[in-house]
Amino acid sequence: MSNLIEIRWHGRGGQGAKTASLLLADAAFNTGKYIQGFPEYGPERMGAPITAYNRISDTPITVHSNIYEPDFVVVVDDTLLDSVNVTAGLKSDGAIIINTTKDGEELRKSLKGYTGDIYKIDARKVSMETLGKYFPNTPMLAAVVKVSGIMSEEAFLEDMIGSFKHKFAKKPEVIDGNMKALEMALKEVTKV
Amino acid sequence: MGIRERLSGNEAAAIAMKQINPDVVAAFPITPSTEIPQYFSSFVSNGQVDTEFVAVESEHSAMSACIGAESAGARAMTATSANGLSLMWEMIYIASSLRLPIVMSLVNRAVSGPLNIHNDHSDAMGVRDAGWIMLFSETNQEAYDNLLMAHRIAEHKDVQLPLMVCQDGFITSHSIENIELLEDDIVKNFVGKYKPEHYLLNDKEPIAVGPLDLQAYLFEHKAQQAEAMRNAKKVISEVAKEFEKISGRKYEFFEKYKLDDAELVIVCMNSTAGTTKAAIDELRAQGVKAGLLKIRMFRPFPAEEVAEALKNAKAVAVLDKADSLNGCGGALFEDVISGMYVSNIHVPTLSYVYGIGGRDTTVNDIKTVYTDLSKVVSSGNIDNPYRYLGLRK
Repeated sequence: MSNLIEIRWHGRGGQGAKTASLLLADAAFNTGKYIQGFPEYGPERMGAPITAYNRISDTPITVHSNIYEPDFVVVVDDTLLDSVNVTAGLKSDGAIIINTTKDGEELRKSLKGYTGDIYKIDARKVSMETLGKYFPNTPMLAAVVKVSGIMSEEAFLEDMIGSFKHKFAKKPEVIDGNMKALEMALKEVTKV
Repeated sequence: MGIRERLSGNEAAAIAMKQINPDVVAAFPITPSTEIPQYFSSFVSNGQVDTEFVAVESEHSAMSACIGAESAGARAMTATSANGLSLMWEMIYIASSLRLPIVMSLVNRAVSGPLNIHNDHSDAMGVRDAGWIMLFSETNQEAYDNLLMAHRIAEHKDVQLPLMVCQDGFITSHSIENIELLEDDIVKNFVGKYKPEHYLLNDKEPIAVGPLDLQAYLFEHKAQQAEAMRNAKKVISEVAKEFEKISGRKYEFFEKYKLDDAELVIVCMNSTAGTTKAAIDELRAQGVKAGLLKIRMFRPFPAEEVAEALKNAKAVAVLDKADSLNGCGGALFEDVISGMYVSNIHVPTLSYVYGIGGRDTTVNDIKTVYTDLSKVVSSGNIDNPYRYLGLRK
């Protein structure tokens, strides 16, 4: 199971962290991987902290539990940094990817004692420029693909066109914007 | 050839139902099984099935509608969870005693109260003596496969009993995972047409269904139900062999994972079996002879076969995801130890109640059970046979 990649998503209800985890599972599945994508269902409501998970592997996955020692953590909303221990169990050779405009020093400070890699992206900017609305999950999806290297950027983009065509069958006008969001996010994500 | 897909357990169950294309589906939504009738009703609206979908006002009515449909000679299916099954309770017994091969998808969830929507097996354990065949599923794949086999088993002339396919609420029902589907026409040929011997809409043979049954006959009818449940074992085996031919996937009463030479054995059902396999792989790499016996067929219970499979173990732990609150172990534990006792096999066996109300069970949790078992073996002392796994102190 050494090829197993485990990802934990932190977001707030309504931001699409669960959808992003399912889209990531979809994209990895389409490159031939074994996948799991599942949310942790709590008292879910708009704005409440939520968690979602991905396991991605070249071999079948039998474990059915939440993920406590992830390789990557994705934070869709940086206000969670003050209330949720987002780096709990995060592997030292892993990385955290945060949707934020804060600078590196601020981020290190709020991740008390975490010494691993930090990546950041302004998903609000990406989303507003490409979609005209704030949907942080699409940029964050691209960011985690880029940082984790689960698949090539080309394969990812190619696959996502198909997924968006399916997901937005009833509102095809948003497909272009979402694709632009992914492309822009792949460029915008930076190591702190 | 199989179709590589990725689906949640609920999607897998709904697609199995689409391929089966039953005459009637009657259901009332309840978390976490809601998506099954939800997806299925869209198949009905889109004309992908020609099922009569009955959107009833309660689960009691869902089971009543299935009973009416099956009595009339139709093939009927439903899906539910937890308190939905509780509300069906009266009709659950009537379905089995009328020998109606209704098939249900039970997405396991804790029965209230207090209110909890998450997974455990208290709903299924509440109907373990109700005369339904009960198959448990580790994965979305097994939930799908068990449903495809369900009608062939339930409708067999030597059986004629209702059947429920269980899977873990949220853990598999809401997790997207890889699955291999069969082609529609292969499923259609495998499941076949329902040809009931006696049914209400047969104008050539007027019959009554469910009349008064007092001292003179009820006992005999119950004995016939028990006989049908015993017959189900052979049929479940035969259907699994046929299913293997079309799918390449082998199903038995229970799955043995690294069990043959195992000294320390866990017995459990549903998704925890997968987590246990991962724990076993880690322990085997360290030289620990750990193994798993995963129950698929819980009713009828394969008592003799389980006892035989456990006879060479040095210690066994039976994991129950429902507390029988009887002071002497969970339901699966009781079945396993009584099976061993009757077969004159005496292996030290512990009962663990775990995962209640969705308490997460990790690979490390499972490894602590194997550690406990090795202590039992080295000390020769069970100490307390009635234990908890994952209970906060």
